[in-house]
Amino acid sequence: MAEDKEKGEKGTKNEEKEEPRIGVYVCHCGINIAGVVDCKDVAEYASKLKNVVVARDYKYMCSDPGQQLIKDDIKEHKLNRIVVAACSPRMHEPTFRRALEEAGLNPFLFEQANIREHDSWVHMKQPKEATEKAKDLTRMAVARARHLEPQQKPKVKVEKAALVIGGGVAGIQSALDLADMGFKVYLVEKTPSLGGKMAQLDKTFPTMDCSACILTPKMVDAARHENIEIITYAEVEEVDGYIGNFKVKIRKRARQVLEDKCTGCGLCAEACPVEVPNEFDQGLGVRKAIYVPFPQAVPLVYTIDDEACLGCGMCEAVCGPEAIDYDQKDEILELEVGTIIVATGFDQFDATRKPEYGYGRYENVITGLEFERLVNASGPTGGKLLRPSDGKEPHRIGFILCVGSRDAKVGNPYCSRVCCMYSIKNARLYKEKHPEAEVYIFYMDIRAYGKGYEEFYRQAQEEYGIKFIRGRPGEIVEDPKTKNLLVRVEDTLLGLPLEVELDLVVLAAGMEPARDSDKIQRLLRLSRSADGFFSEAHPKLRPVDTLTDGIYLAGTCQGPKDIPDTVAQASAAAARAAIPMAKGEVETEPIVAFVRKELCIGCRICERTCDFGVITMVDRKAHVNEAICKGCGACAAACPTGAMQVRHFTDEQIYAMIEAALRGDVEEGGKEEVKAEA
Amino acid sequence: MAEFEPKIIAFMCNWCSYAGGDLAGTSRLQYPPNARIIRLMCTARLDPAYVLKAFAEGADGVLVAGCHIGDCHYVSGNLKAEKRVEMLKKLLPELGIEPERLMLRWISAAEGERFANTMKEFIARIKKLGPSPLSAGV
Repeated sequence: MAEDKEKGEKGTKNEEKEEPRIGVYVCHCGINIAGVVDCKDVAEYASKLKNVVVARDYKYMCSDPGQQLIKDDIKEHKLNRIVVAACSPRMHEPTFRRALEEAGLNPFLFEQANIREHDSWVHMKQPKEATEKAKDLTRMAVARARHLEPQQKPKVKVEKAALVIGGGVAGIQSALDLADMGFKVYLVEKTPSLGGKMAQLDKTFPTMDCSACILTPKMVDAARHENIEIITYAEVEEVDGYIGNFKVKIRKRARQVLEDKCTGCGLCAEACPVEVPNEFDQGLGVRKAIYVPFPQAVPLVYTIDDEACLGCGMCEAVCGPEAIDYDQKDEILELEVGTIIVATGFDQFDATRKPEYGYGRYENVITGLEFERLVNASGPTGGKLLRPSDGKEPHRIGFILCVGSRDAKVGNPYCSRVCCMYSIKNARLYKEKHPEAEVYIFYMDIRAYGKGYEEFYRQAQEEYGIKFIRGRPGEIVEDPKTKNLLVRVEDTLLGLPLEVELDLVVLAAGMEPARDSDKIQRLLRLSRSADGFFSEAHPKLRPVDTLTDGIYLAGTCQGPKDIPDTVAQASAAAARAAIPMAKGEVETEPIVAFVRKELCIGCRICERTCDFGVITMVDRKAHVNEAICKGCGACAAACPTGAMQVRHFTDEQIYAMIEAALRGDVEEGGKEEVKAEA
Repeated sequence: MAEFEPKIIAFMCNWCSYAGGDLAGTSRLQYPPNARIIRLMCTARLDPAYVLKAFAEGADGVLVAGCHIGDCHYVSGNLKAEKRVEMLKKLLPELGIEPERLMLRWISAAEGERFANTMKEFIARIKKLGPSPLSAGV
């Protein structure tokens, strides 16, 4: 933990008194900025602003030579403030801060004007106005730069332990990688067993490996690993703190079976008289009130379903090791971890939201995940695909793609990325066993983008004789007598309306954000993209980081993806999380509140405004615990005297920007030289 | 005669709305160039005096944008901003400024289109209202 310290006002005064000597650098960003904004003109304008000693324009400020320009000028012209007018500070502020540091200048004496995302890219047809705006933004940045103060980044120690939320293949992979690197891992899973959605699948495309055969050894590895503590039937309840020092509360629900005593023999389940639908089989099969979701569950420990249990005592009577404990209570575990990986997965689209396909009304319309369970040897039918209505083997099967994906009507404009391939895989599986069967796939486009996927699709067409019909079916009508299904579709390649009679229809229901995403989002302060999945910090350059330091994303919680991508991303997240843990310490943001004691009147308004309990009264003056301050600035905005301030966002800095934005006048001052280089 | 081009100050939080503006940029969504954005870490940092200062300096409109309710990076900073903006809307008429010149909008980092549309909408609104009664006197 960073100690609570009183810095800032002291120790910075010397540099504060120094007259600002500002260097301004206007970036062309190739033609991204220069194609609209007259960068030379902006640089020349900036050179006339007060305190500006050097102003230049250059093709790529973020490049090595660009950064070198800044570093050389800092030395040659004794610059003590730097302004770069370029892309968004969310993009390259860290880059330029580093350049300042390398030249011996405090990195917080830097200000970036956003003349790309907020200017040249959004005013492409108004070069004159965009150039004026770039001048204004640069002037505002210079005005703020005059008031910038050096800041020290507090260093905090990083707990060498990680929390992985979600025990599907993503969570398992992240946990194994981190554990192999020597870090302690807490792997928390909501359901009674590890495995996630992958455990429910039968075979996997395009290699046709059996899903359980490749997944269950990993589950066992995780369970055996000395660095992994698996906490199943448990949910994260509270997360506090920050990178390096997260404090996490986990509610471990009472399974009413003692984990250390249960041997997984299953006598209890044999004795249990209660049968309920098994969620693991999508409700198609049954389980007992005391159960393991599937035979290879990890941990292989039974759980009593509180809602279904009659309390008859049969399980307790047959349990040899006396593992049943009806009085067991939920347990709250408190963990301290340095990093968190979110691997909370997805939920399947609820196909009843497409009423035209009759899912939930027509017995013989099922989803892809139901199909997986029905063809799986450990599934409710022992691997024999039978029609739900009459228990007969279907002869004519149709797969409908894009159910709940690429469909703005249900609010999911995105592609779920796996449905084409898993439907082709399922079609092939059935054709392998029943070459005589008629199998149709109704598609909009086939997206077979992965390694070996296109080949897999071609084979399905050419060697398996699966019929691909291009068109999104408008509706399905059930024959009430035979329970057969009439699919109405326009074949958009032939331009003809078709009616196809089928025995069974499988809907390729897409991926949606997991239903408890709201809760996870609030707990971890994550942001979500328009599709509802968690957002990464940068789509290309930081694809597994989140905007909250120390929290990373793995698997489908970030967006639809298949197993190879999920596993790759899980390893990536583990590698990213390992960086601060391997270093052992991280620098945190110095943007926190501080008090100008001479102005504080002890009114305590700030204390009441703060949601985080950061402010206390010491000697009748406000006192900020900087180690836990988040830096939102609510206290500073509420302070009636200006005593409460936020580092790097002081009143003077913000007022300077407002004035600079609205007063168009140029204060003459700087101008030792103006160079323009292209 | 040149058309009236309003001067607009926009205060935006770093995590949602400013990023929404960046997304509008990467998506090349075009909107009028009247606003000058000032980045705050959170709209909770918006001292009501900043808004008054902007009007006093001649702004024709002030836009405040933060994360949607429930999405605030600091839990409830946006709720505080909402209260302060409500308070300001009551205060502004006392100073002779139409309360419509101040707008609060929630824009997430994923809502580039909402960002661009907000800019269009607000700038059109201020154009209709004409120059701020205070801007002439500065």
